[in-house]
Amino acid sequence: MLHIKCPHCGIRSQNEFSYGGDATVKRPELNKEVTDQEWDNFVYNRVSPRGKHLELWQHLSGCRQWIKVERDTATHEIFKTYKANEEVA
Amino acid sequence: MAQGYRIETGGLINRNKKISFKFNGVTYFGYEGDTLASALLANGVHLVGRSFKYHRPRGFFGAGVDEPYAVVQLYRNGETEPNIKATEQELFEGLEASSVNCWPSVNFDIGAINNVLKIFLPAGFYYKTFMWPKSFWYKIYEPFIRKAAGLGVASTKHDKERYEHKYEYCDLLIAGSGPSGLASAYSAAKNGAKVILAEDKPRYGGSLLTSDVNIGNQLGKDWADGIISELKEMPNVTLKNRSQVFGYYDHNMLVMSEKVSDHLPKTKKYHPNKRLWYIRAKEVLISSGSIERPIVFGNNDTPGVMLSSAAKEYLKVYGVLVGKKPLVFTNNDSGYETAIEFKKHGVDPIVLDSRLNPQSEIIDEAKNLGINIKNSYVVVAAQGYKKVKSADVATISEDKKTLGKIENIICDCICVSGFWTPTIHLASQSGNKTKFNEEIDAFVPGASKQNESTLGAANGVFTLEETLKTSFEKGKELSKKITEKDNEVSIPNVVEKKYSKHDKFWCVPLPKGKSYKRFLDFQNDVAVSDVEIALREGYRSIEHVKRYTTLGMATDQGKTSNLNGLQLVSEIENKVVPSVGHTTFRPPYTPISIGAIVGREVGKHSKPTRKSPIHNWHEEHNAVFVDAGVWLRPRYYKRGNETLFEASKREAKNVRTNVGVCDVTTLGKIDVKGPDAAEFLNRVYTNAWLKLPVGKARYGVMLREDGIVMDDGTTTRISENHYHMTTTTAQAANVLSHLEYYLQLVWPELNVNVVSTTEQWAGAAIAGPKSRDLLKKLFPKTDVSNEGLPFMGYVEGDLFGVKARIFRISFSGELAYEVNVESDNGRFMWERIIEFGEEFQIQPYGTEALSTLRIEMGHVAGSELDGRTIPYDNALEGLLSKKKDFIGKRSLQRAAFVADDRQRIVGVVPLDKKTSIPEGSHLVKDANAPLPNKKLGHISASCWSVEYDNPFSLAILKDGKNMIGEKLFVMSPLKNKVIPVEIVSSHYVDPKGERVRS
Repeated sequence: MLHIKCPHCGIRSQNEFSYGGDATVKRPELNKEVTDQEWDNFVYNRVSPRGKHLELWQHLSGCRQWIKVERDTATHEIFKTYKANEEVA
Repeated sequence: MAQGYRIETGGLINRNKKISFKFNGVTYFGYEGDTLASALLANGVHLVGRSFKYHRPRGFFGAGVDEPYAVVQLYRNGETEPNIKATEQELFEGLEASSVNCWPSVNFDIGAINNVLKIFLPAGFYYKTFMWPKSFWYKIYEPFIRKAAGLGVASTKHDKERYEHKYEYCDLLIAGSGPSGLASAYSAAKNGAKVILAEDKPRYGGSLLTSDVNIGNQLGKDWADGIISELKEMPNVTLKNRSQVFGYYDHNMLVMSEKVSDHLPKTKKYHPNKRLWYIRAKEVLISSGSIERPIVFGNNDTPGVMLSSAAKEYLKVYGVLVGKKPLVFTNNDSGYETAIEFKKHGVDPIVLDSRLNPQSEIIDEAKNLGINIKNSYVVVAAQGYKKVKSADVATISEDKKTLGKIENIICDCICVSGFWTPTIHLASQSGNKTKFNEEIDAFVPGASKQNESTLGAANGVFTLEETLKTSFEKGKELSKKITEKDNEVSIPNVVEKKYSKHDKFWCVPLPKGKSYKRFLDFQNDVAVSDVEIALREGYRSIEHVKRYTTLGMATDQGKTSNLNGLQLVSEIENKVVPSVGHTTFRPPYTPISIGAIVGREVGKHSKPTRKSPIHNWHEEHNAVFVDAGVWLRPRYYKRGNETLFEASKREAKNVRTNVGVCDVTTLGKIDVKGPDAAEFLNRVYTNAWLKLPVGKARYGVMLREDGIVMDDGTTTRISENHYHMTTTTAQAANVLSHLEYYLQLVWPELNVNVVSTTEQWAGAAIAGPKSRDLLKKLFPKTDVSNEGLPFMGYVEGDLFGVKARIFRISFSGELAYEVNVESDNGRFMWERIIEFGEEFQIQPYGTEALSTLRIEMGHVAGSELDGRTIPYDNALEGLLSKKKDFIGKRSLQRAAFVADDRQRIVGVVPLDKKTSIPEGSHLVKDANAPLPNKKLGHISASCWSVEYDNPFSLAILKDGKNMIGEKLFVMSPLKNKVIPVEIVSSHYVDPKGERVRS
């Protein structure tokens, strides 16, 4: 079980969190014309990297904040966690 | 019965407390502190079971967790448990156990015919043989194999025992209380670190319990006892015996199973049977020691052949002789320790050493005691069927290829020592890449992967002096990092005998003309010849050889067989062991009870139970409850001998004709507040929200980004910047996360807050033509007329002193209201509704009637919003705003979503107006078409229409828009039903929606 440092609450066990997918995906702006391909990429297409991955988690049974977690998908090493509005270094 | 094999004195058992137990129906005696294995051996019982495949007689091979043979069925306090190792099971008064894998008895086992026919059961036999004819597998092979194989029988009764889970955090978790565990625990504890020291056996001390060493001028065991009693006094130390750390998971989380009650005749009141510990440790010290490695020779599975270290343990810990004419077969100095121990108790052993001329202190001591030592000698084969009677031995050439003349030595046990295998399972599970150590011919942990360090024998260090020194230092170093204290601990001086080099030799060649079975894996009956076959048939990867032969795949996970298997493969393949590699170590290290893994999450504790504040009233009024997610909801209120069908019909009909009340507390409720709340709702819902006035409710549908309907519900504008959103019971939690996602990540610029208020409000739906009359009685001061509170209107009211929210919304399709009060007033509200409703013939209604009412109105719910449908499918396309963007809108342009024959909700009525339609049935054009019959749609919800008194269903049907009036068939292969049906509008009752506005 992972140990995730919530930037708001501190280190907590994985079972307090829920996984939210790739954090680098950006939703197209509202009312903006987007091609089928662009929309497809936003909704469905994800890369599944081996290694560093920036992902979203929600501290569901805690502060309920969505956070960004930089994690190695192969080793589960967590390098850094960020608040939702924090710039990723 | 006299204990013919118990020595007069000695051992760590309590001779003042005799314990009686039964094995295979025979009563025996042992002592407190015995294991089932030691007590049976004390009584001269060596035959405990039959092997898995050939049903060969099985005895004891080890004295602990590594035991491959002595697996028994245990009976305790009216319960039975399979797969118990006799070598681990402590004796208690009244213990009963029986052999497994034998029928009709362990002495005469019909399955042993497999042993005669063993030529037919080589590796891969099952794969090759039982493949055809295909039809035989299910009826003949599988039941036969199932009966013949297996390690005991699981109980089919409900387990009365209780199992607990515990979460713990510590600075250092130390697995194993041998010399390295004790030393590191001691120095870490002295530095003030929070230490957990775990020992799988009942006694602490590990190898110090059986070795003949001196630490700090006292016996090793006495030194250990001293350290233990000091640790016990320290508040920062948790000592746990009977506790196996069996799994090393990510981020330094380890799981440990503590046997709290297995050593007692009966679990004490309020005590669990087992306790599973989830331990998050800052640092982990693996001091799990090592397991002796066997040497492979002919018939080496005969009862009486056992590890030399086990023989020593039975003698030193339990005062039991495993034999009176022992033969010790060794390739290193450890065998001599066992021989010396025998000699000290007046038993004359013979030592066969495969080495030519080994020299060491301990060998000198053996020689001085007059022990008969034969160098360059090996055991070729054990003789005897149910017990060793003698051994065929021979000299062996220096290249270990040629045997001399076979001689026979009378003996009653063969104690075998092939040097030591470090127990690296936990280190390997942590992700540590192990490396092969040529010095000791075994794998040891490599560079640490997580915060783990391996010490002592587990790390391949076999001298006590070095073990203690490195362990004291490691405990100090790691604790210093954490506590920043640096207390000096003096390292005691050690007196131990020096070892000479072991012989690189683990498999005795077959003598000419003999075909003895030479076993590698004793539990799965895998012999040298099986591995040879696997390699001959082209299996190369050790992982494949393992699966083809089942080497190391038994419940002992190859603790005594893996390395010998690797050695054999590397010899045949002319490779070195490290390049063959070892198979992956996976948790659990040893079998763990399913009960311990499940813990308290059984029965009604398997999920939380949520009850509405009106629950007790429902109970008092004969409600029959149903699980709705984690909530308990009244399904119907039973009157007399009513069935579910009768009751729900009565309740639904009463709503259509009079008035009914339904507990809707379980609906998800979310407060949406802030200056941008309207804008936010406008993006979340598909319809327009910017112009909703204060005091009005609106029905809304929200989508996922992929265009699929996520949830629906009404949202009411309570005040300028305050909205009250409702969700379905099932989706409440997901919707909240969904809203939070968009507010925190996508549109953080919106000034909106959301919070769940589901538990803050109790809700009652009052529905039926007489509901307004009732409302007037309940809220005499509030204008609830059609003008004062029109459809989709909202007012606040005073319910006899209690503040209430009144919403004019309807799920039933009747004139209806929903009243909310703060949860604590829920029952008060309910009782007033019932009390004042009496004159209007009010009846409470449950979820079954609720479903009937919504189905015949064509209102969608969870069974239609099933994660596969878009708004059009549910006839909700009228709610899609063309003017604004919203979540998921772009996806609705997908070709499949705009196809002309897109699926759509319809109503379904059986032609005979009598036959109920099973939910989940398929709709087909032709009931007689050959299978697979093309499915046009499925029945999503069924009811008995109380309006028309006939069955009615909703279905999601391909091209549903153009199918009204078509005749189709409903097929339910599960219920074996074919029903001719007509497709009608989903709005079966009041299609114009006049009642809700009346």
